[in-house]
Amino acid sequence: MIAHAIFFYTFSIIAVVSAIMVTASKNTVHSVFFLILDFISISCLFIMIGAEFLGMIMLIVYVGAVAVLFLFVVMMLNVAQQKNQWFTAKDSSKHIPIGLVISTLIFVEIIIVIGGWKYKPDLFDVNNSLSQTSVSNTHSLGQILYTDYIHVFQISGMILLVAMIGAIVLTFRQRSGVKRQSYIKQISRERAEGVEVLKVQSNKGVKIDD
Amino acid sequence: MIEIGLGHYLTLGAVIFSIGVIGIFLNRKNIIVILMSIELILLAVNINLVAFSIFLGDLAGQVFTLFILTVAAAEAAIGLAIIVVYFRNSGTIRVEEIDKLKG
Repeated sequence: MIAHAIFFYTFSIIAVVSAIMVTASKNTVHSVFFLILDFISISCLFIMIGAEFLGMIMLIVYVGAVAVLFLFVVMMLNVAQQKNQWFTAKDSSKHIPIGLVISTLIFVEIIIVIGGWKYKPDLFDVNNSLSQTSVSNTHSLGQILYTDYIHVFQISGMILLVAMIGAIVLTFRQRSGVKRQSYIKQISRERAEGVEVLKVQSNKGVKIDD
Repeated sequence: MIEIGLGHYLTLGAVIFSIGVIGIFLNRKNIIVILMSIELILLAVNINLVAFSIFLGDLAGQVFTLFILTVAAAEAAIGLAIIVVYFRNSGTIRVEEIDKLKG
């Protein structure tokens, strides 16, 4: 039980400190780094208390998609430049040390989780129906997700579809003055408007494209 | 202190939730940090749901955490798209300078 306490306090202290740093740090890129650290700590906690599937999904969805999307937008909008010229050549390596520290912390956390996995049954046993059945967490989640909660599951799919369409519609813009291939125009060309037969007088030449 | 129970996880969720709310109110930088604070709040809700699900032995909490995850991803995508469009139109996303609605 003391090992569980050590795990819990380690990960939760890292999570709380990095949550504070998300809101407190001056540089927005650092905020995103700390957000990633926070997500990874919490998903390690989930894995350690027995919600393995959710921990892994949090890693994939939050760290792999959402946080990278945040980082992408922060870099694309060049937000930090509005204040202090963070991204100029002189200061460009300013967020590398913090990135190194955070990635080292993440590495250590994952090593702790992988190392503790072997002792997980001694580490954390809840005397309830969830941990005593022989099926794994993923298995039991799948058994109820596609039967009891199928409608909610489909509605969440609709939400994702609407979000995707909304994001595309919001950010799509039609720029004028860009040469573009138009299939309709190409296919619907007629001979009459494409080719013209002229009687060329000698020593005059033909004038095109007037 | 040593025996980790449901209360510890709920306390962790409460702390992260409060940090997220404080981050929304105290933020003077840009809207992206506010979106990150919203992500923190959703994370705290997820912690609560998973802790209850594990300690009470009911899988419904984990299923709903999955759905909260979906909604959070959709919300982040839409919010970031709105921020990109706003930045393209007005050139700034600093919180003090967004006053077109005169609020």
